Amino acid sequence: MKSHWFHLMPYKYLPDDFKDKYRSVWVDVPSELYDPVKGHELYNEYLDELEYADRLGFDGLCVNEHHSNAYGMMPSPNIMLAALARRTSNAALIVLGNSLALYNPPIRVAEEMAMLDVICGGRFVGGFPVGTSMDTNFAYGQVPATLRDKYREAHDLVIKAWTEPEPFIFNGKFTQSRYVNIWPRPIQKPHPPVWIPGGGSVETWEWVAQHDYMYAFLSYFGYEPAKAMMKSYWDVAARVGCDENPYRAGYLQLIAVSETDAKAEEEYSEAAYYFYHRCLHIPSNMAAAPGYMTLNTVKAIQALNVPFSYDFLKGLKWKDFVDKGYIIAGSPKTVRERLREVVKDMRIGQLMTLLQFGNLSREQTMRNTELYAKEVMPYLKDLWKEWDDRWAPKSLPTKERARAAAL
Amino acid sequence: MQELKVSIRNGKFTTSMQWGGSGEPLLFLHGAGGPMVGAPFLDELAKHFTVYAPAHPGFGAGQGVEHLDDVVDFALYYHDFLDELQIDNPHIVGHSMGGMLAAEMTALSPYRVNRLVLVCPAGLWLDESPIPDFFTFNPQQLFQVALHDPEGPLGQMMIKQFENPELMLEMYKCMASAGKFMWPIPDKGLKRRIHRVQCPTLILWGASDKLIPPVYGDAFLKSIPGSRLVTLPQSGHMPMLEQQDGFVQAVTNFLLE
Repeated sequence: MKSHWFHLMPYKYLPDDFKDKYRSVWVDVPSELYDPVKGHELYNEYLDELEYADRLGFDGLCVNEHHSNAYGMMPSPNIMLAALARRTSNAALIVLGNSLALYNPPIRVAEEMAMLDVICGGRFVGGFPVGTSMDTNFAYGQVPATLRDKYREAHDLVIKAWTEPEPFIFNGKFTQSRYVNIWPRPIQKPHPPVWIPGGGSVETWEWVAQHDYMYAFLSYFGYEPAKAMMKSYWDVAARVGCDENPYRAGYLQLIAVSETDAKAEEEYSEAAYYFYHRCLHIPSNMAAAPGYMTLNTVKAIQALNVPFSYDFLKGLKWKDFVDKGYIIAGSPKTVRERLREVVKDMRIGQLMTLLQFGNLSREQTMRNTELYAKEVMPYLKDLWKEWDDRWAPKSLPTKERARAAAL
Repeated sequence: MQELKVSIRNGKFTTSMQWGGSGEPLLFLHGAGGPMVGAPFLDELAKHFTVYAPAHPGFGAGQGVEHLDDVVDFALYYHDFLDELQIDNPHIVGHSMGGMLAAEMTALSPYRVNRLVLVCPAGLWLDESPIPDFFTFNPQQLFQVALHDPEGPLGQMMIKQFENPELMLEMYKCMASAGKFMWPIPDKGLKRRIHRVQCPTLILWGASDKLIPPVYGDAFLKSIPGSRLVTLPQSGHMPMLEQQDGFVQAVTNFLLE
């Protein structure tokens, strides 16, 4: 099983009364709350953390894309991977990903990802989420009802731009060009692995399975909501004719490792509160613009009779986060045992670990990372040994890779 | 009023249409909230006109919105509609999003329209008076801005209807379709075409409209040569429901002039 180090890059200085005084962490979150000097410190601290994860042997480093968002400060995740390319050596550089409909023309995605693949010598993984409604419809003005069509067309264009050797004409609904011919082309052939972080629609699963991509369910609420999702995904994948290779399935888990179970609350609860109460302060009227979800999905949600809102988070405490499985917390033994159960049950080959969350300090993040790398990761590596990870990047051999010149 | 099934372009579009009355043809184009099936003002208009009130593609019973990419496609669809139903020289009365549509239709084919009535139409944009982002409103917020008296019996009845999950789903569908023509800002090029509207035009506004404020009435007045602006007191964005008699009278008198 692979362990990847995922960073959201949150702003850690939202005020204590944030969720009472302001209506949202996203879209119209006031810019006065952002101090670029603190932002400078944070970006560099976060890059240090990702580089540390590379040195400790994590299989991949993941960044993602959000806009107008105080809990995810990467409107351009490719910039972050570029910043990591030269000072990391072994970990895959994974963008999860470029929200395709937001790049005009999508040829830019094919080009930037090719550049990244070439700069790092083939360690790159390209991810294509549709993107949240907050990012796509509200921050970037995309029409909700046509977003998925635009995304699909952009995907087709990117794949063709990577693989079609001759310049080609593209006469799409959303993009037209007479000469699509990107320079450079990726090192990896036919192209870098494609990972799709997604929600839970049958349409997405079928599409992912048909393309033989890696599907990652990235939510912040642990095993309970994920297990139904992953079961449905595996059912759909089997129906489409995919094998049961666990490396085609990914999952995100908040993890908090301490020396003992008892110490975990002391070391991580403040950051957990910051994350669940401040970072996930999302007003329900922007969570899904009309047309963002298909009518079938809306009907299915209505049938569950669960209100579509994040308000339920407000009353939860540390004990709830742990009991509900949002966070797997405790001693290395506790964490490795619980994680093993979870990933085995869902057949997860690609585990995205969230070891920095909320306003967790640099020191605690590094300790969490170190404890995971030394006391948890080795105990999970044996899982799925009989399968080949077809979704890992195929990089140039180490000795053929360029090293940054010494300063 | 009868309800008729309609098929346009060999079934590419199908819909339901309310139809009735006698007199000159009048095409009513509904707004983003949906087709207003059974609303009494249509029966009142049918006393002096032959009223055609179809559901747009993507709203109510209207199918085929996937074939419409923008407002021009939408307007041309309605010209196909008029062609196939052989409706000759109709009056067009459009409300809100339907008003934008009516103006676009007339701009594209000015000699086919008899008289035009725009009821608090969308379609123009004033930076200094931005239309609020109604797509993010829940029903309570929507009726606060759309009605003169949201706490009155009409408001209470309309809010109560939204407790019905089927109606909520229907509203979701309407808003998803409306987004194709109005998201994120309902300014989709009418300003480049509106100069072509030449027929006698009445612009009707509710004085208390907080959804599309009355200042937009002045903007439409300025944009359409020879047009007339009438403001209805005690009315917000739904004058045909809030001041039915005043609305029917204003429209009927204008069209029969």
